[in-house]
Amino acid sequence: MSRVLTRVSATSVPRQQSTRRGSLTHGDGRAAVLFLLPAVVGFAAFYIYPAIRGTWYSLTDYNLLSAPHYVGLKNFRTLAHDPQFWESLRVTVSFVLMTLASQMIIALGLAGLMHRITRSVLVRAVLLLPWLVPNVTIGLLWMWLLDTNLGFFNELLRSLGGSTQGFLTAPSLALPSVAGITTWAGAGYVALLFYAGMLQIPQHLYESASIDGAGEMRIFFRITLPLLKPIIALVLVVSLIGSFQVFDVVAVTTAGGPINLTKVIYYYIYDEAFRHLRMGYASAAALSLVLILGILTYLQMRLLRASTSDLG
Amino acid sequence: MHSRHIRVGRLLAWAIICLAMLCTLFPIYWMLRTSVTPAGDLFSDNFSLLPKHPTLINFKRVIGMTNLAETQAAGGSGARINFLLYLRNSIIYAGVVVLVQTLACSMAAYALARLRFRGRTTIFTVLVASLMIPPIFTLLPNFALMKQLHLLNTFAGLIAPSLLMTPFSIFFLRQFFLSIPREVEEAAVLDGASRWTVFFRVIMPMSKGPLMTIGLTLWVWSWKDFLWPLLVAPKEGTRVLTAALDIFLQQSPNSSPDWTGLMAASTLTVLPVVLLLVIFGRRMVNAISFTGIK
Repeated sequence: MSRVLTRVSATSVPRQQSTRRGSLTHGDGRAAVLFLLPAVVGFAAFYIYPAIRGTWYSLTDYNLLSAPHYVGLKNFRTLAHDPQFWESLRVTVSFVLMTLASQMIIALGLAGLMHRITRSVLVRAVLLLPWLVPNVTIGLLWMWLLDTNLGFFNELLRSLGGSTQGFLTAPSLALPSVAGITTWAGAGYVALLFYAGMLQIPQHLYESASIDGAGEMRIFFRITLPLLKPIIALVLVVSLIGSFQVFDVVAVTTAGGPINLTKVIYYYIYDEAFRHLRMGYASAAALSLVLILGILTYLQMRLLRASTSDLG
Repeated sequence: MHSRHIRVGRLLAWAIICLAMLCTLFPIYWMLRTSVTPAGDLFSDNFSLLPKHPTLINFKRVIGMTNLAETQAAGGSGARINFLLYLRNSIIYAGVVVLVQTLACSMAAYALARLRFRGRTTIFTVLVASLMIPPIFTLLPNFALMKQLHLLNTFAGLIAPSLLMTPFSIFFLRQFFLSIPREVEEAAVLDGASRWTVFFRVIMPMSKGPLMTIGLTLWVWSWKDFLWPLLVAPKEGTRVLTAALDIFLQQSPNSSPDWTGLMAASTLTVLPVVLLLVIFGRRMVNAISFTGIK
């Protein structure tokens, strides 16, 4: 009934109808303002405004307690000559390389196996579980498992006749341990990403390959891996940016120690800003991180464009 | 011969997958196991799969149900902790962010996907570019801002930066709205419906799946968020679970941490998300594809 009424009124007032139609196709400025208002307010207040303030702080001696004074590029000059800044970058890069390598290999292997033998939701849910757990909890949990005196892994080592290891306190083991913990936390999630990518590969390729008598290994390296290349590249970009920003696990398990060997760049910035109250200096370091990540993203995006899937 | 080869291969594949599941679950099991072990037993009974004298005392003391003497007898330091309160705070933080941000971002995403107006491309480009800015760069000034506004240790200060938007939510929802055929809306508009009506009566009901996905993702992010809540809202009344766990660890003596209490508290940070996985398992698992990444 109401539908009929609308029709009738529409035909009797054609002019109004045409303006409505017009507003749909030629511009919805007024509606757009209302739709965008909340998000734009949030973006301006907590993204744009702090980005401007952060850039300004990097040129000042701000310490959170008294008003900032302009000091020009002094912070950046100090930063360039601060051995700890470069050391933190070095630590971060080795952490990123270790984490990415182990995470990618484990995730690709698991996804490849799942793809060929099971569609089970249960298996995937279990693998996703660590992604849902806060990194603080993960850090604490592994700190307990790796504890020198009472931790499960040292009990295991002792019962196998080995000697106790300070996984998170020994200089040679601390960073690999943190990388291992991060791998545990993320490998399942990345495996599910790869698995979702593999489901996009046409099934008939696998059928014809096995009719031709190709073994599973050959199928994985000749079909799955090449066709997954774009997904692998994207996951690499995002994981790289993400693991560059590791903080929670480090803060809980080692607090940057022993002797600053796990002091990653995020922890360094946090330390300068909130423990030494050098907000201006920390902002300069954070701005440098923005630039570094920007360049890395740009380089990887170029690499990405070069590696398109063989599927086309 | 050939089929036997395949059968062995399948068996091996399943063995590896089961091993991966075991490696995933064991640390979480060990957390549970420690949380029900009496602190006094940690030295003598630390390697068996089940504790000899299971107890709930560690849970009781981390949710503030024991008095000082009982807490200290069970291995606690005597510092006041109440993980039920922190659980409430985490739920408020995540809950408000999920509800408000999902709504605000779907409105913005709809405008960016469907409405025509000047500056649309510019807004979208700036949004995508901001995806690449590491959060610590904006975290420093945002902290200074909350301090200047005297909003430290308030829910307002804690929630404000993520209340209205994250670039990711808008990006994700815009992708979905672009995939809805235009005809669906045009029919409603011809019937005289305004943009608001179309959005709330036609688009939103059609988008339940993606809205749930972004809601769950935002819940998990807020739940895991650590540095911001620790800096901005560390006091009891607004302290969330992650910050509370770190503060609990700092209060615990370095030489012999209160492991049983810490693991009981850790369990409380994990249970709610496990519950989520049990209820929404299929949806969450299927939602993980490249768009869900971060």
